[in-house]
Amino acid sequence: MSSRYKTGKATQIWRSATNHMATGLAVLSTVLVVAPLIAIFVYLIYKGASSLNLAFFIKTPRAVGEPGGGMANAIVGSALLLGIGSLIGVPIGIASGVFLAEFGRGGKLANAVRFTADVLNGVPSIVMGIAIYSLIVLPQKHFSALAGGVALGIMMIPTITRTTEEMLLMVPHSIREAALGLGVPNWRSVLSITLKTASPGIITGCMLAFARVAGETAPLLFTAFGNQFWSANLNEPIAALPLQIYVYAISPYDEWHRLAWAGSLVLIVLIVLSVSLVRFVTTRGVLKGAN
Amino acid sequence: MPVSVTKDVEKLKDTSVASPQETAATHSGASTPQGVVDVSSVRKFLMARGNSAVADRGFRWLMIACAMSIFAIVALIASELIARSQLSIAKFGIGFFFKQAWNPVTGDYGALTFIYGTLASSIVALIIAVPLSIGVSVFITEMSPKFLRGPLSFLTELLAAIPSVVYGLWAVFVLVPILRDDVNPVLMKTLGWTGFFAPPNFGQGVMTAGVILAIMILPIISSLTREVMTAVPGSQREAVLALGATRWEMIRMGVLRNARIGIVGSIILGLGRALGETMAVTMVIGNRPEIVKSLLAPGYSMASVIANEFTEASDSLYLSALVEIGLALFLVTIIVNGLARLLVWAVTRGASARVA
Repeated sequence: MSSRYKTGKATQIWRSATNHMATGLAVLSTVLVVAPLIAIFVYLIYKGASSLNLAFFIKTPRAVGEPGGGMANAIVGSALLLGIGSLIGVPIGIASGVFLAEFGRGGKLANAVRFTADVLNGVPSIVMGIAIYSLIVLPQKHFSALAGGVALGIMMIPTITRTTEEMLLMVPHSIREAALGLGVPNWRSVLSITLKTASPGIITGCMLAFARVAGETAPLLFTAFGNQFWSANLNEPIAALPLQIYVYAISPYDEWHRLAWAGSLVLIVLIVLSVSLVRFVTTRGVLKGAN
Repeated sequence: MPVSVTKDVEKLKDTSVASPQETAATHSGASTPQGVVDVSSVRKFLMARGNSAVADRGFRWLMIACAMSIFAIVALIASELIARSQLSIAKFGIGFFFKQAWNPVTGDYGALTFIYGTLASSIVALIIAVPLSIGVSVFITEMSPKFLRGPLSFLTELLAAIPSVVYGLWAVFVLVPILRDDVNPVLMKTLGWTGFFAPPNFGQGVMTAGVILAIMILPIISSLTREVMTAVPGSQREAVLALGATRWEMIRMGVLRNARIGIVGSIILGLGRALGETMAVTMVIGNRPEIVKSLLAPGYSMASVIANEFTEASDSLYLSALVEIGLALFLVTIIVNGLARLLVWAVTRGASARVA
């Protein structure tokens, strides 16, 4: 303790040494954080690119032992699941955000909704899987694409709600009042003035939610279940890219490992593209909601 | 210090000054500063004059209904979990969580092994991730040259965008061999006496799960830590520097001390994520229901036992026991997340009020 208040030469050296050491440690930890990221990406690109070919995109999986095959059904399945998810998550998410920003400002109800959305956000994805299993799969008595889509949709809601609220709060009051002053009904002003002004930011939120659930595996394990064959029937088990990657990764076959890497690369490229697109456009200010 | 002053000015610019093109894009030429007029009373007056009371009310109720559906969803999840775990709750009671047995053949179930696996791997993850993420946040917010700030925070956010299953895949084929052949032997030699690093060394185990979890929760902890650190007002930094502190002393006394509650909050939020993480852990933890002191030995976590055995659960008691584990996970993450939000909110609340 006492050394802090001394001003001798030794103290000066000690202080400056700790200062440099702290800088060194901060730099070191930054390197240690960035290193695994780069390691994962390099390895993924190296492994994935060497296993990626046209067949991956147009063929369905082959039986064990047969070389070749692809994940066409899983790609289509993922697209379907994400489509159902967006149909559920986007409208509910945006509407809840509108409620929080336009109608519930600061009220107890709004705080409760906000807190519940946070709770929903924190629900482990595997628990979501169990819940949807017992809500939809058990009564229906079969796994289905619909159940998987609902699980993903519910997981999208909290992210969209919170970004929508944040974006709407940035829209200045004067705009709303101008609309009302012109005799525009309130619902119309919310839809075509406020939401429209904030739409770029809201789209960003939707993209982020989309990217987040695109890679989810755990909620699909007991809902969409996976499928080795073509299926576009919403009432049947359906393949999904992350599920297929999981099944192939824990299998003992090299050929399947190869496909898992290719699948991961495709998934990552999709996700990173959407995230960086969002980031690029938002930092450019084009998509920023009005201040 | 001029550095932090300019930073504050930039922050102000970012948050409160609209650029001309944005203002133009928002239909309204007049951008009156907020808070000058009592906005809500003007709006209330205008809204009352509209002749679309029915449509307005309908719209309002529609929005409220959607917001209420969030309550409904959480309530449904909770009630389903409670209902489906009744069988196991009735049979084993609270003892379920203190029993090691997991035997589908005799119908004897206890969750202690899985609770241990989840806790042990999460603690390992926190031990690795907390110092690293604080270091990264300190570097990005206080030390890094300006041109590196954006790219670095983008890179740490990218870590959050990688799906769990891809982490698992990478861990199985890259991390496991590295730990098994290079890291674990060193740990066994130097720290073997503690008993935490004893053979067998399969590569798959609680330790490996902890390492991959650490990588996964890093972005969460570091982005929130960065947020609370930037919420510390620049005057605090300037005051400490003005007293002749070095940069590290400024960070320690001026920034970290002020932000500590928020940092704890972000760590707890990271813990919440680690507790519920499924896929990557399932792929590397070894999936053996055993409590072993050595972290290198295989274990089993709450989320991974659900992932592995849920579809195989043959009788209703088995299924019910698995759902009860899910229910426990659900409740624990609610508590952990609620606590974390409260702490982060307690710190950033004041800051956002100042900026606005």
